[in-house]
Amino acid sequence: MKKLLTLLCLTLSGFAGFAQGANGTEMADAMRGSGKIYVVIATIAIIFIFLAIYLFAIDRRLKKIEKEK
Amino acid sequence: MELKIIYKTWWKVLGVVLVLYTLIAGFLLHVPRLPILHETIRNLYFHVPMWFAMLTVLVISVYFSIRFLNTGKEEYDIASVECINTGLVFYACGLVTGMVWAKYTWGEFWSGDPKQNSAAIAFLLYCAYLVLRNSIDEEQKRAKISAIYNIFAFPIMVVLLFILPRMTDSLHPGNGGNPAFGRYDLDSTMRMVFYPAVAGWIIMAIWIATIRYRIRLIEYKRNDINL
Repeated sequence: MKKLLTLLCLTLSGFAGFAQGANGTEMADAMRGSGKIYVVIATIAIIFIFLAIYLFAIDRRLKKIEKEK
Repeated sequence: MELKIIYKTWWKVLGVVLVLYTLIAGFLLHVPRLPILHETIRNLYFHVPMWFAMLTVLVISVYFSIRFLNTGKEEYDIASVECINTGLVFYACGLVTGMVWAKYTWGEFWSGDPKQNSAAIAFLLYCAYLVLRNSIDEEQKRAKISAIYNIFAFPIMVVLLFILPRMTDSLHPGNGGNPAFGRYDLDSTMRMVFYPAVAGWIIMAIWIATIRYRIRLIEYKRNDINL
């Protein structure tokens, strides 16, 4: 009985940790609120655009070589 | 110049635009607030399309393997192997991104989950294909044996990745009695990003495979192999 009560108390005291945010689940609201999410987007967009340009460049070079044949 | 479409540009631009859209919308648009997943649910837009891209490109490789066995034309063998090479890169991306996602949701990078284990085994299966190719010097024989191996490896991979994990305990969505993502967690906003992501990355994978194929074709012609 004592063990059960202790267990119950400890479980319920977990709420004091405020582990879940206002809506119930934490998300990156701070990042969104401060606008920093745009930095994340800009970073990946830049990386991907560079990769895409690289692929197009390879494609163009290939076309040139194939035309010569 | 068979398969003229691989020399066109429009579908490549489409792929780039689609993926760029998902990179931006994927982070800006609303997602369901779910416990354990939190923001990582956005990984759906990247981890899953890797697998779709890999599947598409490996299906294409089996198609070319069959065509090679039917006709004996070297181009088909080259197309087949370059599709597999590209597919393996996307496979590795899918595995690694899955491991990172698992670390922060399941608790470990590798938890011996049936899906993870099956994925590793199927990966080795295709690595064995590459080793097999390397071990045979004569081109026609190499191409024939590779084609046959590929045609067998593909269904085994499908069984390992999509059938076996569903029959046992797995943490992976869609397996082990878990609902697939689509059913309960995906909402219409996520679908708006997810479907274009799948389409975009499939196009990117095909593009990379066609580039590899064209490079290999030129190398073969340079070595005066009659094509």
